[in-house]
Parts: sequence; C-alpha cells; structure tokens
Amino acid sequence: MALTREQIESIAALARLELTAAELPVYQASLSRILEFVGALERADTASVTPMAHPLPGLSQRLRLDAVTEQDHHAEYQQNAPQVAAGLYLVPKVIE
Amino acid sequence: MSDWETVIGLEIHAQLSTRSKIFSGSATAYGAPPNAQANLVDLGYPGVLPVLNGAAVRMAVKLGLALNARIAPASVFARKNYFYPDLPKGYQISQYELPIVAHGSLDIVLDDGQVKRVGITRAHLEEDAGKSLHEGLPGVTGVDLNRAGTPLIEIVSEPDLRSAREAVAYMKKVHTLVRYLEICDGNMQEGSFRCDANVSVRHAGEHRFGTRAEIKNLNSFRFVERAINFEVARQIDVLEGGGKVVQETRLYDPDKGETRSMRSKEEANDYRYFPDPDLLPVVLDAAFIESVRATLPELPDQKAARFTSQYGLPAYDAGVLTASRELADYYEAVAGAAPADAKLAANWVMGELAAALNKESLEVTASRMTAERLAGLLKRISDQTISGKLAKEVFEAMWSGGAEADAVIAERGLRQITDSAAIERVIDEVMQKNPGQLAEYRAGKDKLFGFFVGQVMKATGGKANPAQLNELLRRKLSGWA
Amino acid sequence: MRELHHIGLSELAAGLRARRFSSIELTETFLGRIERSQGALNAFISVTRAEALAGAAAADRELAAGTGGALLGVPIAHKDLFCTRGVRTTCGSRMLDNFVSPYDATVVAKLKQAGAVMLGKTNMDEFAMGSSNETSYYGPVRNPWDPDLVPGGSSGGSAAAVAARLVPGATATDTGGSIRQPAALCGITGLKPTYGRVSRYGMVAFASSLDQGGVLTASAADAALMLREMAGFDPNDSTSVEREVPDYVGLLEQPLAGLKVGLLKEFFDKGLDPDNGQRVREALKVFESLGARLTEVSLPNLPLSVPVYYVVAPAECSSNLARFDGVRYGHRCESPRDLLDLYRRSRGEGFGAEVKRRIMTGTYVLSAGYYDAYYLKAQRVRQLINADFTRAFQQVDVLMGPTTPTPAFAIGAKTSDPITMYLNDIYTIGANLAGLPALSVPCGFVGQLPVGLQIVGPHFAEARLLTAAHAYQRVTDWHTRIPKAWA
Ligand SMILES: [Mg+2]
Ligand SMILES: [Zn+2]
Repeated sequence: MALTREQIESIAALARLELTAAELPVYQASLSRILEFVGALERADTASVTPMAHPLPGLSQRLRLDAVTEQDHHAEYQQNAPQVAAGLYLVPKVIE
Repeated sequence: MSDWETVIGLEIHAQLSTRSKIFSGSATAYGAPPNAQANLVDLGYPGVLPVLNGAAVRMAVKLGLALNARIAPASVFARKNYFYPDLPKGYQISQYELPIVAHGSLDIVLDDGQVKRVGITRAHLEEDAGKSLHEGLPGVTGVDLNRAGTPLIEIVSEPDLRSAREAVAYMKKVHTLVRYLEICDGNMQEGSFRCDANVSVRHAGEHRFGTRAEIKNLNSFRFVERAINFEVARQIDVLEGGGKVVQETRLYDPDKGETRSMRSKEEANDYRYFPDPDLLPVVLDAAFIESVRATLPELPDQKAARFTSQYGLPAYDAGVLTASRELADYYEAVAGAAPADAKLAANWVMGELAAALNKESLEVTASRMTAERLAGLLKRISDQTISGKLAKEVFEAMWSGGAEADAVIAERGLRQITDSAAIERVIDEVMQKNPGQLAEYRAGKDKLFGFFVGQVMKATGGKANPAQLNELLRRKLSGWA
Repeated sequence: MRELHHIGLSELAAGLRARRFSSIELTETFLGRIERSQGALNAFISVTRAEALAGAAAADRELAAGTGGALLGVPIAHKDLFCTRGVRTTCGSRMLDNFVSPYDATVVAKLKQAGAVMLGKTNMDEFAMGSSNETSYYGPVRNPWDPDLVPGGSSGGSAAAVAARLVPGATATDTGGSIRQPAALCGITGLKPTYGRVSRYGMVAFASSLDQGGVLTASAADAALMLREMAGFDPNDSTSVEREVPDYVGLLEQPLAGLKVGLLKEFFDKGLDPDNGQRVREALKVFESLGARLTEVSLPNLPLSVPVYYVVAPAECSSNLARFDGVRYGHRCESPRDLLDLYRRSRGEGFGAEVKRRIMTGTYVLSAGYYDAYYLKAQRVRQLINADFTRAFQQVDVLMGPTTPTPAFAIGAKTSDPITMYLNDIYTIGANLAGLPALSVPCGFVGQLPVGLQIVGPHFAEARLLTAAHAYQRVTDWHTRIPKAWA
C-alpha cells in the first residue's frame, strides 16, 4: 500500500509533527513499506474473532476509593515547564 | 413558509459530585488557585496511569437506573485523541463504543400539559478538560488544569426534541434529576451542568433528518432557548435562500444573541478513538447494581404523582413543587405542620414564598421563613383568624422581622372580625352615612356593592371576615334585615 | 578473593550482609568501571555518583545495624525510562533532555525500599523504539563483545552495562523483545515478566498493552532476586495484577525432571542463522539431559506476530506520545509563531526519526477509514496468536527456541530499512502480544558472539522459567563469560 505525499502530510499534520522537505519522501517510502508489510494480516481469517485489546483475559477494572490524596505541588511540577506565569502554563495565544 | 420542523438532540455534560477526580486523587473543589489541584496524573506526566474512581461509577449507575436505562455489564474506556492546550495527555479518556448507560428515557411536560417521552441514547463517563484563559495575558493563553480530570457524565438524548421550549424543558428535567440523585450540584455558572445542542430543520412530514449544526457549551437555560431559536431561524433562512446547511460546530455568543461557526477549531477532526490500554473493562455485577438501586431516592415523577394523590394537588402544582428535592421537602414540611389545607400550602409555597426567595436569590434551604413558621401563618388563615389578604402583610412582617405569625397578628391587631353583630353594626353605620349611594343601589346600581364593601373594610381596618361581610351586606343593602 | 565485579548480584547481596565488603566499596568499584567505560560503550545517559555514594554510605550504616531489605547496598542501574525523583529521565530522547521527574516509578521505589543503590540511568533506544540502541539521542551503545556491533535494544544500555559488569543488575523494559533480545546479544540473562506482574507506574509508556518492566542480570538466580523485590501489585496501575509474589529465589532449586518443553516449530525457520540455531539445539540437549521431555509444537499464527505488533505498538505509541507537546515539560521550540507551530516544531525537533515514523504509522492505522482494516484486524489476529499459545500450554509447560535469528550485527547495518530491523524481534514479540513471561539465557557463542535461548511460559510462570534457567546455568557456564576487554 503506497502512500502519497499528501497522505504523509496529512498524517504528520494530525500527529502535529513538522517534517522537513527532506524527511517527507523518506517517511513516504518507509511508511508505505511498513503498510505493505503489515498488509500480511489480511491473509488471516478473523471472521468470528473478537479483537484482543488487553493481554490478560478476564480482568476487570479496579475501583478506587473516592478520597483526596493529592496536595498542591504546582510550583514543583512547573519547574519542568518551558513557560509559566502566575501558576498558569503559557502557550501562544489561542483564538477561539 | 411555516412547514419547517425543528429537530434537536442534546448532549448534556453533568459534573459528578465526587470529592476526587475520576482518575486521580486530586480534589475537585471549585475556585482553587491555578493548577493547585492538578497532580501528575491530571498533568499527563510521563509514566503516570489512571485509576478509576468508584464513586463516579456508582453515580453513573444511579443515573442509569433513574433513566430506566440499560446498565452495561461491561463498559470500556476509550481514548479520544486530539491536541489542545487544555487537554494534557493529547487525548480525553471517555467511553465510546461501550458506554456504561444506554437506552433510557425521561418524561417531560410540554406547554400544553401533554407528557412527552424523550429517548436517552446513552450516558457515558469521561474526564473534563482544563481551562484556557485569555484575558489579561498579552499575546499568550494561560492554561489552568484544575478542572482536568473532573468526572463528567455525558447524557446524550435521541433527536426527539421539536422546539427550543422542549429542549429547555428536557434540560431542566435532567437538571432536576441529577440534583435529586445528588450526583451533580447543577451549578451552571461554575460549569457543572452544560450542554451541546444538535440542531437541524426539515420539512414537516420529511423522514430524513436535515444536516445538523452542533452548538457547543451552553451553560444556561436561557442561552439554550435563544441559541436554538437563532440557529433554527438561521438554518431556515439558509435553506429558503437556496443554500445548504453545513455540518459544523458553532458557538453561541450571548452578547450578540447569535451563533457563529467554529470551523477554525474543526479542521480535519479525526479523533482516532481506540480502547484505552491503561484501563480495563468496567465489569458491574447484579449485586453492585442492586446496591446502587437501594440508594435511589424517590424520583421527581414519583414524587409528583404522590403529591397529586396524597395532597390532592393539581398536576401543575405537583410539577412545580417537585422541581427540586429541597422545595418538595419544604412543601411537605409545611403541609405536614398545617394539614388543614394542602392546596393553600401549595399556593403559598409557590406564591409568596417563591417570590420572596427569588427577590433575594435565596435557595429554599436558606429561607428565613422556615416551613414551621409558614405553617403557623397558614393555620391562622385556615381557622379564619386572619384573612388571606392580611396574611400577606403578616408574611411580610415575618419575613423581615423574626416574630411568629401569632405575635404579628396580636401586635398589629389583625385578628379578623367574625362576630356577625359587630359587622352588622359597622354596616348600619356605613349605610347611614351614605344615604345617596344606598338609594342608588336599591334603584338597581349593583356596581355600588363594591363601594359598600370598601367602606366597611375601611372602617374595620380590613379585618372583617370577607365571606361574612358579603353575606351580611347583601342582606342589609336589599333591606331584608 | 575474586574481583568484586565478577561476583553476581545475589552473592553481592549476601556478601554485604556478611560484611565481606562494604556498599561503598562496591559502589566505588562499579562507578569507576562505569566512568571508564563511557567512551567505549556509552551505556549510561546519567551517572549519579554523588547520590550513589550517599546511598551506599546509608546502606552501610543499615548493614551495620543489621536492618534493611534484601538488596541492601547492592548497586544497580535503571533504564532511563523509569522515572527517578530528582534525577533526569530522558527516555533517550531530546524531547526529555531536560526533564527531571518529581516522582519515582513504582519499580524504582520498590528497589530503593529493598536497599538497592542506583548508580545511574542507562542508555536506550529513544522511547524504547528500536532493536539496536541506535535511535538514542545520546548516541548508540556499543556491544561489549565487539564495539563495532550493536548491543541490541531497546534496553541496550542496561544489557551492555551488565555484560561488561558495570553493574551487577539493571532494570529494563520489554515491549517486543527489548529485554530478551539485548540479553541474547550481550550474553546475559534477561527476564520479561507476565504483563501485570511488575507495575508500569512511572515507566514512560511506549505501547501500554505490551510494555512490561523486567530485569537484566548475569544469572537466573540474580534475576529471581531482583524480580522478587520489584514485582507485585500496585494500586497506581490499573493493569497491575493483585496476586502474591512467589519467592522466586526459594523456588530456584526445584527439580526439572519431567518438565514438558515445547520446541516452537515456527522459530526454527529459514530466517534463523544456522550456527545460532545449532547453539540453541545444543542447549535443548542439555535440558533433555536434565530430565526435560521435548516435543515439537506449532503455533500457526505466530508468523503474523511482527505485522500485528507493527500495527498495535505504533497505534498505542501515537497516543501515548501525544502528551509530549512542549507545554508542561519537555522540549519546546524557539519562538513559536502560534500554537500549531509550537506543537509541530517542538515535536518535530524533540523526536527522532524512528519515533516519528512510529507515531505516524500509529496515527494512520487509527485514523478514520483505516481503523478496521489495520488496528482492529491486528487485534483480532493478536487474539488468534494468543489462542495458539493457550493451546500450546495445554500440552507443554514451557516453550523454547532461539531469542534472536542472529547474533549481534554491525552498527548501521540495518538502519536503512525499518522492516529488516523489525524482524530482529520475530521470536520475541509473540510473548508480548499474549502477555506471557519470557526469559533469555546465554547458551553459547557463534564465533566471539553470544547467542540466547528463549524460554516462554504461561501467565505468571516466572518461577518455572527461572527454575529451568537456573538448572541450565548450574551445568553450563555461558552466563559467567565476560568480554575480555571488561574482564
Ligand atoms: Mg459530545
Ligand atoms: Zn463529552
């Protein structure tokens, strides 16, 4: 399954990845190759098979007690942030 | 061109009243300083994982039972992938293919008194996003993630609603229900209860739906009504002008009273839903569901039906009084303490009390006029100590001061005159003082009856028992007595 | 007395208790080896000398007092995708070059609790995506047996460090073979536990339904001790299993006689290097001599495991890595024009080529119109593979076969074609898809290069795998071999 340049551009846009002009054809070739490779799955007969989303069958979600266990650590956590002010994470102006 | 039919479906987001977030132990309290309630899970830090809050699940099941819906024996959390600064992980954990609640319904009362059953497609659990703040920050947007991870239940109706009024009636009913169930505080200003409206129009008799627009984030009943009405008119305009309605997301601008396209945000949305591998299926057995059922309160419709049979109230009164659990409780306390006339109690709760509360924007639970105090007043109306008219004055005095009904009545000398002889004496005096009017009345000018009532009331300070006065006056004026 | 770095992890733990040496001595010894190795092997991204020495001194005080956990004073290293409080956690990525975790992963906390002393964070393929350790932002790791060759990946730094005896044991993670494959290529023992056995909390996610933390050590006995200390239920991980952790160490000496071993027919295929295959067959003979009974089993859907993996893992990774957006932590581009520019350039610059390739693959297979044909189809085939394993374990106790098709290959040899690289994991991926425990033990050499035998068990059969490997290692000495340059 060969992908077009436009498809690569739209995938990259959806994934919020900037690709350089040099990178584009490289990904176009390798993604096409990967899709061709995984195309082998078509051959498997999965007519009545339920998809397996989780490796351990029969387990179910545990429910947490509704208790507040966390304190305010925003100053510490924001030490990793590129840009903050007055406790807020800053990004370029978002126009709604 | 009046053959247009409006089709509306609502997606209501109700914030669940849990103490902690849906997937983390952060507090959900409103109004904390920015990011003070955003822990590592809420911030989407590398390596952290979600663990589901059991209280949110119980609340969702409670709602499902109240909607007569199917509770999924196994529901699944999925990831809705998109990038936005208020969405820390780059995906929202929500339920997609297998929601916890499906196939329910809710009855609403239409303007003409008819009952309409609105289908509930589904209700699913999900996490809320944070908040982007634009004001006071030149050139930048500030992100506060305190709200990120707050549990929501999204209640999706069938496209069964046919007017903005119906949509509002439905939304109010859901609002009433979630507050009855104590799963949501219903605070619309704080965003605890808000909705998206899917609106389309079609020619009456047409079976297919028209293309719909989704109006996002409506957080007041008034806005819902106005936004839908505007949108319906806009779509009809477009169609009658030969155009086509575009399927899109729109935003309601309350200042301008119009909806506008948010197409910029829409660009190529492809949410790439898939089951969240960090969470397992939520499996609920019958015992769990029954344990939740046992916590269900009497629901609004049940309560209203009981009010009509137990108190003999008209359906309308029962509907108004059961619109909130607190109001219903208040009414029952009044009716219980002054059992002589349940309809009188309803009139007073819906009338004077509601007006007084409204004027000061008070909840019924914060009423200075407790149910016991109001009952004390109603008893004096029932036993004819005071007239209904004077009772309003007593109510005023009780509301602004601290005195009880009997004290106000005694202090102001408002006790009604029910002694026939006393009333007759006043009537005689009035007749003597107004011979001209008496002659005219007797000559056939019936309208003057009111004049005599007024004169007697004036002379008694309004305290003459009105029924008695009418009776006696009629007799005396006609000269029979 | 033997040199300290020749002593395995369990023996070091015992020696510390017996006060034959101090934790400070051990820590100094291994830190010295790490520091001397960096130029040659590049096995570490961060070396935490000061913290390690402070930890060792504290451990020595506890040792003197006779208190503390089973690993008290033992030096270890963590793969650099386990979050470590106050110590940089990079995941081998420019994206997290400056990221300091405010919390410890559960595995890190548990090993700390057991008394282990962390010497540093090991190099790895970027976000664990790779089979050769060439995708690291910090440069490739070199194989201690031959510096021109790859150590395998993605836990290449941990594997090289243990192989060169820079540490007696290291944590690692395995999403498609990232513990077992480098273990085989570096001649050491590597165990990937059952999915859910070891908490994923604090392990930076690559593919959540496949990732599992585990250990790299010289021997199975060492792996048993380390696993016992780091395994167990964690309320912070919904996929962690509430199940008691057996005493893997205490169970090591169980007899092997009667063990039913299934030889995976599909593993001895045409892709297997003949010499590599020969070493594996020789190892199987040893198991036979120990009383195991060998039968051939077939898992007909297993050849599809690599295609399944290269749909499921990228799908999950495309979503897991969406959080790296330059807003709350991690790399942010210079002067973004607007929000979109911020996202696209921060991510474009922060991620390397293989990570971007997988994010895009995953984005594609989940997108509208392709979800059913790729993602859902892959999850259905995954079910078939899982059923194959279930059937096999009704007949046999464990499955055995090669860990890799070939011994270590040259740096740069497979970087031009992703598929060639992906096929390195052809024998290891199946266990991840089915969540099974699997282990690789060194079983001989092809020329100067070690090769591995893989043992796969049913869910929660770690003890069985460790017992089998231990029995094998009692009668062989491949696991004691150290590359000459590092002896
Ligand atoms: Mg919605
Ligand atoms: Zn929603």
